[in-house]
Formats: sequence, C-alpha cells, structure tokens
Amino acid sequence: MANHVLAFAESRAGELRKIATEAATAARTLADAAGGEAHVLLAGAPGIAAKAEALGRFGADAVAVVEHAAFANYNPETLAATIAERVRAGGYRAVVFVGSAQGKDLAPRVAAKLGVPLAADLTTVQLAGDTLVGTHPVNTGKVIATVTLSATPAVVSLRPGAITATENARTARVENVAPVGDPSASKVRVTETIAGNTAKLDLGDAPIIVSGGRGLRAAENFKLVEDLAAAFGNAAVGATRAVTDDGWRPHSDQIGQTGRQVSPNLYVAVGISGAIQHLAGMRTSKTIVAINKDREAPIFKIADYGIVGDVLEIVPALTAAVREAKGSH
Amino acid sequence: MKIAVCIKRVPEMDVRFKIGPSGTGVDEAGLKWDMSDFDGYAVEAALQMTEKLGTGEVVVVSLGPDAAQETLRKALSMGAARGVHLKADTIPFDNFAIAKALATELQGGGYDLILFGKMSIDSSNGAVGPMTAELLGLPCVTAASKLEVANGKGTARRELEGAAELLEFPLPAVVTIDEGVARPRYPSLKGIMAAKKKPLEVKPAQLGDVRLTVTTMALPPERPAGRILGEGVAAVPELVKLLQTEAKVL
Repeated sequence: MANHVLAFAESRAGELRKIATEAATAARTLADAAGGEAHVLLAGAPGIAAKAEALGRFGADAVAVVEHAAFANYNPETLAATIAERVRAGGYRAVVFVGSAQGKDLAPRVAAKLGVPLAADLTTVQLAGDTLVGTHPVNTGKVIATVTLSATPAVVSLRPGAITATENARTARVENVAPVGDPSASKVRVTETIAGNTAKLDLGDAPIIVSGGRGLRAAENFKLVEDLAAAFGNAAVGATRAVTDDGWRPHSDQIGQTGRQVSPNLYVAVGISGAIQHLAGMRTSKTIVAINKDREAPIFKIADYGIVGDVLEIVPALTAAVREAKGSH
Repeated sequence: MKIAVCIKRVPEMDVRFKIGPSGTGVDEAGLKWDMSDFDGYAVEAALQMTEKLGTGEVVVVSLGPDAAQETLRKALSMGAARGVHLKADTIPFDNFAIAKALATELQGGGYDLILFGKMSIDSSNGAVGPMTAELLGLPCVTAASKLEVANGKGTARRELEGAAELLEFPLPAVVTIDEGVARPRYPSLKGIMAAKKKPLEVKPAQLGDVRLTVTTMALPPERPAGRILGEGVAAVPELVKLLQTEAKVL
C-alpha cells in the first residue's frame, strides 16, 4: 500500500480557488505523516495546466492535470469517476477535498465509488496508524465530535478556511491525465454557471464580515453595512435569515444554521439580535462586534465588544472612524 | 410520479447540549426531537410536486430506533402516503453504511425521484444522499435551491460561493434539497388524524460494516463574556481603539 495522499484542487473560470491551496497544504501535511508524496488533481478547460506550478508552491510533489473543454462547467460524474480511478490505480492512503459547494458534492460521490465512508467537514485532521482522526463540529457547532475513520483510502473533506494554506515550495511533476468516461455524455449537466459579482469578496474568503439584520429597518439601509465593509477594504457583506427571507439580500448572503458557516477574524453584527439560527453560523469568529439598540439582545452575550444604540447613527460614525484609522480618506 | 423522501429524526437545536455519560454523544435527557430541517423542505417539495401533477405518491423512509416512527408519522400527517422504517438500535455516524441500507430499500422501488435534505442538522455530513445515488447508479444533484420536474426531466439551481449553477438531469434521479425550494407546511388536525391510519412498514436496516465512528464529543470552549463599551456614537472611538490594539484587526 502506497503512502501517497491525493488532494482535489478546485478551480473556477480557469483560476485556482483559495481552497485549492488549502487542499494542497493538507495533503502535504498528511503525506509527511504517512511517509508518502502529496499529489494534487486539477481539472478544467484547456489551459488549466498553467496553474499546476502554483500547487507545487503549496507542497504538491506531483500534479495530475485533466483538461477537457467540457470542464468549463462543473462536471460531477466525470470528475468523480476520474478521481476514483486515479485513487484506485495509485493505491492512495488518503484523499482530501475541501467542502465548498463543489467539494461537498464531489467528495461523497468519490467515497461511494471507492466503497468507503466520508469523514466530512473536518476542522482538524491527522493520520494515526491505521486510522484517520479528525474533529467535526456537529449540532450547529454547539458540540465538537472527534471522529475516527478506519477505512483505506481515508476520504475526507475539510471545512473551508480550517487549514491555513502554507507555502512549502517544490517543483511539482506535471502529468496530463485523460478523463474517465466521456464528459459530454454526463447525465447531470451544468447548463450555466451564473457568475456572482467577481469584484465581491466571498464570505468564505473574507477576513472581515459585516453583517446586517432586521435592526436596519429597511432594505435601503443596507447601504450602511456595505459602506462599513468598504471602509475595512477586505470585508464581505453577510445577512441574517430574516433579511434574506424578506428579499433585502440574496439567499447566498445568509449566515446561520441553514446558510453559510463562517469564522472570520472580525465579525461585525449590525442590527442583529442574535437568534440561535444566526449564532450557529458565526459563533466561531475570532472577534465579534455587535451594534444593537436592545441591551438585552443575545448577540451581546457572545460579542467581544458591544455598542448599544441606533445603528443608523452608529454605523456611519464607525465607517468614518475606520476610514480614518486606515488612512484611506 | 413516485417520490421517496429520506428523513432523519434529530434533536431540536435551540438548547444548551450536555455530553452524555458515554462521552460519544449528547445527553438526550430533556431533548425535544423533530424532523431535520432540510428533510422538511424535501418532504414539502415532494408533496407540492405530486399535488401540482394531481397524481403520484410520496413515500417517506427513515433509519433509526423506534422513535424514527414519530418522524415518519409527522411526514405522513403533512401528506405523504406511506412510511418505511429501517430499524436500527442507533443511527450510526458512518454515512456509507447508512447509504447502503437506504439503497437496499430503494433499489427496485420504481421511484422517479429520491429526495434528501442537503444535510442533517445534527451530524452535518451531507454525504448520504449522493452516496445513495452512486450505489443506485442514478444521476444526482446536491443542495438544490430550486427544483422542477416535467416530462421525465429535471432542472435545478445550486448556490455556490458567490455564484450559482443551473443544471439539467434525466429522471429517475436523486436530489438533495437546500432551503428555498419550499417552506414545510404544518400538519393539519385532519392530516394528523389521517396519518394514524396510513401504512408504516418496519424492516431491519441492512447497515453492514461501520468504519466511521464518533470517538468523543466535547463542548467547544466558551467564549469569554463580552463587554458593552457604551451607548451611541460616543462609544465608537473606544471600539476602533480596541480593534487596533486588542483585536489587532484594523
């Protein structure tokens, strides 16, 4: 049995996603523990091979590049078949995905093709002899489970952002690999990928998130949240479920039990009372700031810093102060 | 149109969990239980599809101990036609074992569509749906936020990070449901009465090997109690100072 580890590198529109470097980093760490090599599989439309070198920088010894015109959009059936075949042929010890929307879709397909369970949504992972041990938040993050996986290969998906991408440069061998099966014959077909605002920082990537709730009182007041995010410069905008249900913001902005789960360095909750459903999505943020008119609001129980008062007055003042602090008048 | 919906009984989440004596699970004393959130959306989506077509059957399947029947009865009271209880002493954490048991039950059932919630709200693995699809050799779409079926074909939308995908697939298929597809209805009194008489079949769950287990459960470290810095605009300079000097995020 080989001790190599295979990671899947996600790309979108010809660019590596940040989580691809997290996957490569995790594969490097696991491969070092197992005494094997870190391999990465990168798939995309022709031209994606140019991104292989960047994966070497994050510790990949080898990159298998699968290019096909049909990979311009996500192609779950062919990708799962190609990865599973690669794992079978290479006798890998572990297979690493990062649980983005695509990773969450792909990892269980590959695990099932290999006839093994999936240790999903891990925040830490290590190989311990014949088993793999990881931690996984359950019950909306209120309980942390330590899980043990005793199958080989050990297929895992990591929570995005849980592993810090770390440079560990080497020159990766690049190998071109043909897809398994005909990608244009897939039963499930992505007919369109609707790009979001590409200038917008994704909630999963942003070190700072400014989030708004019903306390903003009207959809147009969300401008204040956007202005504060813009003042920080490296911030994304989130929202509570109440706000997305009312159509003030798109569903994709929702942070909470049934939306996105985030842990930025700074989370600013504007006019958010702190319903359990919302706290489940942001309670692991490093620093939490809350601005709310109700001193008894539950958000203040978990906020490191709170200001009580009218968000419509306080937020513009904070925006101005942040701009001044950043010297970006 | 014959639709199966796989549902799970989970604890309600708006409590402070305690770790049980075994150390591998939560203390179940005093917990309230219900259908997992996303499974409720899936049941509702299935009911709306058959109601719109005016024909069809919704079958609900749940794996677990006897109490799983309460969850099946709830789905029956919402309008599902019959239930299947795959009986197991406990629900294992091993998603592939569960998928195998479900695939064994669903195989040859003649379903046009098999729905799941996109993940259970307790274990949060999101793997059983797509694994069941693989075992059945069916096309699969995960985390659909919109779903329509007509003329043996389905279309769906999936939310990505900062983008979305539109998909097409042939039936039969497996789809896991995100919220946004349909808000679950409350069972009516009439529905609750009718559910008592609906068929509910009990079979042993064919789980096989369990190779993924929870070895310990622990509560996350408590956040230190927060500070209210003050009221109104006057507190802003203090906040900015702390963000610079203490939190070091500015």
